[in-house]
Amino acid sequence: MKKNDVILIASLLIICAISLLAIKLWQKQSTTDKSYVRVEVDGKVYGTYPLNEERTEKIQFENGSYNVLVIKDGKADITEASCPDQICVRHMPIHYSDESIVCLPNKLTVTVVGGQENEIDATTN
Amino acid sequence: MNTKKISYLGLLIALAFVLSYVEALLPISIGIPGMKIGLANLVVMVALYTIGSKNAFMLSVVRVLLVSLTFGNFAMMLYSMAGALLSFVVMFVAKRSKKFSITGVSVLGGVFHNVGQIIVAIFVLETSKLVYYLPVLIIVGTITGMVIGLVAGMIIKRIGGWKDICYGSKSSM
Repeated sequence: MKKNDVILIASLLIICAISLLAIKLWQKQSTTDKSYVRVEVDGKVYGTYPLNEERTEKIQFENGSYNVLVIKDGKADITEASCPDQICVRHMPIHYSDESIVCLPNKLTVTVVGGQENEIDATTN
Repeated sequence: MNTKKISYLGLLIALAFVLSYVEALLPISIGIPGMKIGLANLVVMVALYTIGSKNAFMLSVVRVLLVSLTFGNFAMMLYSMAGALLSFVVMFVAKRSKKFSITGVSVLGGVFHNVGQIIVAIFVLETSKLVYYLPVLIIVGTITGMVIGLVAGMIIKRIGGWKDICYGSKSSM
């Protein structure tokens, strides 16, 4: 290993660790009781569901594929999916603002929207 | 390209193909899209340092085509291709600049493979929220890139370049 390699590796790790911490802190701060999840398919909003009530939603697509979204204990999780890689199923349940679960094969994203962001939207409208 | 070169390249493609499959079998996914260990990048690295960038590029493209046609779908091919191309370009430039050793080049390759996939995903899904995954992806890419780079260095030292492969000037082990 050259000196440049060490500098590269160290700076990559440090920068990412710091930004990771900053993102986590900011996400925690901007989460309120009024958070909800927004489900988007192919960039279009499919539906929004509040995080404070339990529900199970099966999102069915025209080509037969599906994702099952479960909201429980204030957390949203995808428990079942028809996609081959199952990345969305293995993803940890999301709770904080702007956290998201993505299913690339089905072009589906589930994003937590914090209550605060909602208020800003409401005032600018 | 003589027969020996063709068969060597074929051998490497097969190896990259198998490593991609092995990687798909490993249940290490933590639910972050675009995360890869990049085992197949080991072969691309070895090719880049032994048989030249043109052949390594071909190897990289053919591998992605083969793997996504066999195990994936069209969407997967798009992501893998973006990752593979971006990572190859960055590795090529990094190697050319002579500023980094094999490990550094491999780290950059690993990082930009993940970054390339996320960039395509941002455009396909039209959601900028995926940017939040970047720090984790870069950390994972750095660590796997380091390991792959160290292993690639050991392999490259032992197999030499085109000349050694075609004429066997290095004594066979």
